[in-house]
Amino acid sequence: MMAMSYAWQVGECLLAIALAPLFVGWVTQCRAWLQNRSAPVLWQPYRVLRKLFHKDAALATHASWLFRGAPYAVFATMVVAAAIVPSITTDLPLARVADAIALVGLFATGRVIIALAAMDIGTAFGSLGARREMMIGFLTEPALLMVLFNAFLMFGSTALPTIVANTLTQPHIVLHASLAFAGVAFVMVLLAENARLPIDNPSTHLELTMIHEAMVLEYSACHLALIEWASWLKLFNYACIGFALFVPWGIALQDASPWGFGLAIVMLGVKLVVAGAALALLETVSAKLRLFRAPEFLTMAFLLAVLGLLVHLLLEV
Amino acid sequence: MTSISFANQVLQVLAGALLLISFAMLAERRSRRLVILLVCQGAVLFVSTALVAATAHLTHLFYSAALTLILKVGVLPWILLRLLRQLGIERDNEPLLNLPTLMLVGIGLVIFAFGLAQPVSALATTVLRRTLGIALAVILLAFLMILARRKAFTQVIGFLALENGLFFAATSTTYGMPMVVELGIALDVLVGVFIFGVFFFHIREQFDSLDLRHLESLKED
Repeated sequence: MMAMSYAWQVGECLLAIALAPLFVGWVTQCRAWLQNRSAPVLWQPYRVLRKLFHKDAALATHASWLFRGAPYAVFATMVVAAAIVPSITTDLPLARVADAIALVGLFATGRVIIALAAMDIGTAFGSLGARREMMIGFLTEPALLMVLFNAFLMFGSTALPTIVANTLTQPHIVLHASLAFAGVAFVMVLLAENARLPIDNPSTHLELTMIHEAMVLEYSACHLALIEWASWLKLFNYACIGFALFVPWGIALQDASPWGFGLAIVMLGVKLVVAGAALALLETVSAKLRLFRAPEFLTMAFLLAVLGLLVHLLLEV
Repeated sequence: MTSISFANQVLQVLAGALLLISFAMLAERRSRRLVILLVCQGAVLFVSTALVAATAHLTHLFYSAALTLILKVGVLPWILLRLLRQLGIERDNEPLLNLPTLMLVGIGLVIFAFGLAQPVSALATTVLRRTLGIALAVILLAFLMILARRKAFTQVIGFLALENGLFFAATSTTYGMPMVVELGIALDVLVGVFIFGVFFFHIREQFDSLDLRHLESLKED
């Protein structure tokens, strides 16, 4: 039994790593369709990765070990995060070690590492991107924590697997007004954290507006591949956190049969397809905000999450 | 928390949606989207009123739900959108305070409203008694919106949102007001919007804008 849960732990990690580029490819494809462009193929991200891994890395003369090590470190944090988030099963040995607050800390670690590496070279773009990223990060983290607090209050636990298990074992579906607030706030945080519209445009290199791209401008070849992969994994992880908090149906519980796991994988696929399409739609209908409007956007997210807490105290206690 | 029915949960979610729309209105800068948000608020109000009527088996609430649908989702937005087109105003609704501050004040109001409603709702017997706090919050947020905006048009939207909040408060605590009162209010609001429309044209004719700052200065200067 123990061996099985460890096997699923590793399997879930590998699945996340393998599926993350596909998810991003799907979002890109949906966006292209919605904007009446001809879409790139679904596995375009894999091709990008293969191309990048086959190239020789170019390094700036003044690059230190920090710059060279950062891609591996960032990728590793995202893989660990993927191990904590229950995307297929709640029976995760690693998830008992770290709760959702540690998860937020992991994302913050990844962000700090990549920002430091961006400043390491000393180019204007790198530090500009790093500063912007830290500003956005400082605004999103409280909002994300507040969203998580909503779920913690409701289910009395800070561990994501327990939250999922508690939701799934309830005899009938309970609608929560406070979760609606938290859901809206979570989507806003997801957009900001993953450098999507309206905070950052993932498909542009316009120097005045870019945040994430400005930070990784100096990277090439396998370093760039790892960083891109890590950012795709981050989006995937965020999507899975969203599923775990708001639509956990389908995730296999502790004592699930092999069929249960199969169903969990199919359900994850369905949820990802729907979420990717919704994300593309959201990005298509919203325009890029001016950078100085970003605090407004994220304050909104924070306050919605706080409202969720208040509504929970008013209606549901 | 355990023993509330499914309809009741839906009602609570709808109440939450009402509050959400109020905050969206507070943050919205464009007049056209404000009208659309008002339509959403009216629609949520209609659904919740109809649901209360269905669960409590009250026919007169069905009538007031229908009235809500016709007036708040149909006629009023149509008049407002037509006014927008005729006046040719589209954006420039900068609030007086900056947005994060406004939101913080809004949260403060929500806490105040929730605290205020707690003892009152303990006395009520309706299914929706707990949502009185939300209704009060919607009313106070509409007040805040009227206070924080400069343009006459936005203030009228705030007034209509205020009326929505009052209506929701009435449904949630006492299953709505008597039909005569409700009809009277509906007529008042309708006539009010017509008169506001006339006012808009007069204000604009006088000052070439709908900015109410111009009303503060005296004539001889």
